[in-house]
Amino acid sequence: MKQKSGWHVLVFLAPAVLVYTAFSAWPLLATLRLSLYGTDDTGAVSFAGLANFHRLLFEDHWFGAFRNAMVNNLEFFAINSLVQNPIALLLAALLSLRGVRGATAYRTVLFLPTLLSVVIIGFTWQLILSPLWGVTEKLMTAIGLGDWFGPWLGQESTALTTVSLISVWQFVGIPMMLIYAALIAIPDEIVEAAAVEGAGPWRIFWQIRLPLILPTLGLVNILTFVGNFNAFDLIYAVKGALAGPNFSTDLLGTLFYRTFFGYQSEMGSATMGAALATLKILVILVGVGLYFFAIQRRLQRFAL
Amino acid sequence: MSQISTPARRAAGIGRAALVHLTLGGYSLLVLFPIVLVLLNSFKTRQGIFDDPLGLPTALTLTLSGYAKVMGDAAMGHMFLNSAIVTGVALAAILLLGAMAAWGLTEYGFRGNRLLSLFLAFGIMVPIRLGSVAILQTMVALNLVNTLTALVLVYIAQGLPLAVMILSEFMHQVPQELKDAARCDGVGEYRIFFQVVLPLIRPAIATVAVFTMVPIWNDLWFPLILAPSEETQTITLGVQQFIGQYATDWNGVLAALSLAVLPILVLYALFSRQLIRGITAGAVK
Repeated sequence: MKQKSGWHVLVFLAPAVLVYTAFSAWPLLATLRLSLYGTDDTGAVSFAGLANFHRLLFEDHWFGAFRNAMVNNLEFFAINSLVQNPIALLLAALLSLRGVRGATAYRTVLFLPTLLSVVIIGFTWQLILSPLWGVTEKLMTAIGLGDWFGPWLGQESTALTTVSLISVWQFVGIPMMLIYAALIAIPDEIVEAAAVEGAGPWRIFWQIRLPLILPTLGLVNILTFVGNFNAFDLIYAVKGALAGPNFSTDLLGTLFYRTFFGYQSEMGSATMGAALATLKILVILVGVGLYFFAIQRRLQRFAL
Repeated sequence: MSQISTPARRAAGIGRAALVHLTLGGYSLLVLFPIVLVLLNSFKTRQGIFDDPLGLPTALTLTLSGYAKVMGDAAMGHMFLNSAIVTGVALAAILLLGAMAAWGLTEYGFRGNRLLSLFLAFGIMVPIRLGSVAILQTMVALNLVNTLTALVLVYIAQGLPLAVMILSEFMHQVPQELKDAARCDGVGEYRIFFQVVLPLIRPAIATVAVFTMVPIWNDLWFPLILAPSEETQTITLGVQQFIGQYATDWNGVLAALSLAVLPILVLYALFSRQLIRGITAGAVK
């Protein structure tokens, strides 16, 4: 039974709701509204309908940048979910095996990078991959792969993949923990019953444990999606706001930053920034919505 | 499960264990290598850093010049303090306001309760960064640009939704009899919250504290757009700018990175057990 309300309920709720509304909910709404306004040369703001979106999606200069960032962002997400999440699944599956000695120590080490600032991780890898320092080249030469080394972060063809893999390296601990938690939550009886029936560990994993943790894998993917489409810090730390070389590492986050604050000779524009932010909100809502309606609902029936 | 221990089976078991440790250990090395490499080289001379990046510092190459430079930069201490203030104040506010709101939502029936819960939950899905344009305008209007207050307010708004959600889960578990007993004795609603409920959910509060603290301490975005001035820079932004400025001074860069990593390493060494237990327990829910 819930208690009757009184003035004290207001006292409990008001502070949180006020701060959240003023500095999170309202700014989001105001951003949506501002995306419908335009700025003229004098800096005056007036209603402009969908003009900003028209510019972003149909003017070559804007659309080129937007498409580039969008495609890069999709690739960034693809690499993250196709490399990071399978590695996380493998590590979690091994950690959850019975009687692995030192499992706690492994878990502690593997989770560590997620706590460090993206800025620090970015710089650290930049140093390690730097041809100037040559650590990576030396290591690769030692195992006979010296010829394969290249300035990966500096080449247009490899920069985005390299940054994505740095992101994978840093964040693999989060999906690993979520999957690990789901795996150890599976009741022992189910696994034991299968073992009694003669199923080997391999079959138990693929036919029993994996189907049972599918909802968690779905959740991990959607968290990766939202995180990736908001990425900014890593690119800014490693490649700067220009997301070089030649915008090959530009993501929606860095494009938004440049649009809002300007760069080099381009002036920043709050209204264009708001329009871009609105598109990002749409992308995220569509992604999350697709996940909930198309995937999570179907997966739910496997849940315990 | 009963196992018949034949030599063949035992050999297979050992083989499997070796494979497991090879994978986990190999990946752990990949995780530790960059961090150890930076720490090691931060104690070397420039000569040592370039001639033998993988070796330990020797008598010839040992130096603390990088640290001297970073520590000598008076601004670093100041930025560290800024980060501590922003993180501390925001964290305290999130925990208090979040717990109050979670209690208000789970304990009392009132019209619009579900709607309000949904409204708060929305903040978990849509990241606050997307409202940055309007947040900056609000801060300009309130004359709060380049103040730590601006950062604190934004971080409270950012941290509240998840805090309310997790704490609500735990509020449900507070035994009804305990609350009924207190009410029968005529204890007021505020005292029930502060003296009965809060002490009971202390473990949950600790979990939320860690989840909330790390992203605030590490954030680059809001310090960059709301408080980039020299007086208000946080350590994350400061390290970013320091490294940008001294890019060719390898001693300084490596020392700055090490100093930024160390506090987290120490805290993690102390609290990793609770943190990991919190994550696995929270995820099972």
